[in-house]
Amino acid sequence: MVLSGAEIVIRCLQEEKVEYVFGYPGGAVLFLYDALFNQDQVRHVLVRHEQAAVHAADGYARSTQSVGVALVTSGPGATNAVTGIATAYCDSVPMVIISGQVPTAAIGQDAFQEVDTVGITRPCVKHNFLVRDVKDIAPTIKKAFHLARTGRPGPVLVDIPKDVSMHKCEFSYPDKVEMRSYNPVVKGHQGQIRKAVQLLLEAKRPMIYTGGGVILSDAAEQLTKLTRLLGFPITNTLMGLGAYPASDRQYLGMPGMHGTYEANMSMHFCDVLLAIGARFDDRVIGNPDHFAEEPRKIIHVDIDPSSISKRVKVDLPIVGNVRDVLDEMISQIEAANARPNQEALGAWWKQVEEWRSRDCMKFKNSDEIIKPQYVVQKLWEVTGGDAFVTSDVGQHQMWAAQYYRFDKPRRWLNSGGLGTMGVGLPYAMGAQLAHPDAQVACVTGEASIQMCIQELSTCKQFRLPIKICNLNNRYLGMVRQWQQLFHGGRYSESYMDSLPDFAKLAESYGHVGIRVERPSDVEGALREAFSRKNDLVFLDFQVDQTENVYPMVQGGKGLTEMILSAEDL
Amino acid sequence: MRHVISLLIENESGALSRVSGLFSARGYNIESLTVAPTEDASMSRMTIVTTGSDDIIEQITKQLNKLVEVIKVVDISESAHIERELMLIKVRATGKDRDEMKRMADIFRARIIDVTEASYVIELTGNQGKLDAFVAAIGNELILETVRSGICGVGRGDRVLKV
Repeated sequence: MVLSGAEIVIRCLQEEKVEYVFGYPGGAVLFLYDALFNQDQVRHVLVRHEQAAVHAADGYARSTQSVGVALVTSGPGATNAVTGIATAYCDSVPMVIISGQVPTAAIGQDAFQEVDTVGITRPCVKHNFLVRDVKDIAPTIKKAFHLARTGRPGPVLVDIPKDVSMHKCEFSYPDKVEMRSYNPVVKGHQGQIRKAVQLLLEAKRPMIYTGGGVILSDAAEQLTKLTRLLGFPITNTLMGLGAYPASDRQYLGMPGMHGTYEANMSMHFCDVLLAIGARFDDRVIGNPDHFAEEPRKIIHVDIDPSSISKRVKVDLPIVGNVRDVLDEMISQIEAANARPNQEALGAWWKQVEEWRSRDCMKFKNSDEIIKPQYVVQKLWEVTGGDAFVTSDVGQHQMWAAQYYRFDKPRRWLNSGGLGTMGVGLPYAMGAQLAHPDAQVACVTGEASIQMCIQELSTCKQFRLPIKICNLNNRYLGMVRQWQQLFHGGRYSESYMDSLPDFAKLAESYGHVGIRVERPSDVEGALREAFSRKNDLVFLDFQVDQTENVYPMVQGGKGLTEMILSAEDL
Repeated sequence: MRHVISLLIENESGALSRVSGLFSARGYNIESLTVAPTEDASMSRMTIVTTGSDDIIEQITKQLNKLVEVIKVVDISESAHIERELMLIKVRATGKDRDEMKRMADIFRARIIDVTEASYVIELTGNQGKLDAFVAAIGNELILETVRSGICGVGRGDRVLKV
């Protein structure tokens, strides 16, 4: 069948069973939009800014197990998409971004809306392609999806010049991809896994530390099974929340800069640390030299060899897909009918419980003023702990991560690596489209929400009943917190003046807006919002301006050097 | 420590920028980088000379391997290997310097490949040390231009980098 390049692109998306494409049209992609118009299998979601297109596709991918797809035009369309692409890259989210390019003959001529998209995006994609011949479109898109979803996932960009999308050729979609230069490891090394199991069974003070890799490889079930089989304490990073049920006794909460006392102390003082799909990020272990002071054996399971021994020297590396490695570990333990050293484990748990008894997540609630932590706690109650929760970046993100207890994977969507303000609403759009009947909440702040607020319009067009919980403290809260603690209280440019009336703003977009000022109204407002099944509700909570996120490990400090509350200052 | 990293990479446009971009983005050093197609024109062979601690070199090889277009990576300086660099050097050759330059070229087993009344172009191949020694022996005041290719390297004997 002879088709135009544009028609081929859309046929490829159909072959890949793509449900939604998030995008924004423009000159260089007019043929693609024409091809979209003539079919109804792939649905297009028109956003209001290309950044949101990529974030929404990213949120769709994070909340499902599929590849997110975005479509943007050349020049500014592509540059607007860059923040979204870099965000997905830092968190290893599988995505394919299709960008239009000026016609082949105009490339390099400083044409209207021309940028070197492949050059600009090169450092923030897993891979990218410029397609110069219509015959290459189908094989390239096949490769793009393959690269995006296999190995360590990531965004892949395909740049298509306008003339290439217009030219015609015979279409056939390749069955498989073969690349001599790309063969990611799947199964872990048997011998290494055997040694790891041995080390785990002999451990006296074991600890399991897992990250986003467990969620990306869909290994929550295996992780839960292994952790229960071993009876060890476990912590999930910001990117890994929900991989192990937060309501379980063995779970110690999140580690790191704003992690729990018990998780950080256990990470630091364990004798065997099993790291799975995590990368010893600076926000997780603090100062690596301080972390290295305490002797411990580290087993590190990761699909990306370059994540191993990057910041922390590892004793036992296992390169492989997390799910396959965990399956193998479980079957080896079960086959040997072995159990860890119960006596030592008992003593270790006693120590861990002592740390846990400090109850580091307690906060002083108030009858006068709304505490942001209280809003998240109530959100958890009202949604039965079963919502998809997205956040932006800052204090509200940490409170959402700390106080919404995630029992399932892919329920918590946030920008952990790049820390991109503005992702919350588009992530919620992606999640709501993927799960039309689910409760989707966007926990945000008055600063972050304004970075993609235009998407309220998209939400109206596509009838997305997202519940926005705006923890409005009139400050760039995390900036203010650092300025208070480390810059002598000089609040340089961290105060937000001239804010809109968010309730009225939401109403002007055709949504429901509710301003909440008293603690006693929090629960009622949340219940009302979630009872409105078909409406987007913008809840504007006026929260305590001075509240800080605790516990806190300052940048550059060791994991055990925590500020637990304002009294520690 | 100085390392010589050899790699095979798909001969595609943009492949070189992926490698050089990786080095600049992650703050690794490049002392020299050479690249050209192999006997199989779909593949290029690249030789990168870099310096760094063992941890950094480990990261460099891992990060290079992660690039989708990179087929194979080997640190050839880990064992016996041969390094060669080509230098074309244009020197002033007048008066008594004219004979002296000819003698120097002979001593270093270099070849004079272009002659004018006032200058020679001398071609010299060898490892980096030999080339440095030649430059030092001639002295800066007589050098008009120096062009060096950067290092090509290959493992000795059975050590073969091939697909």
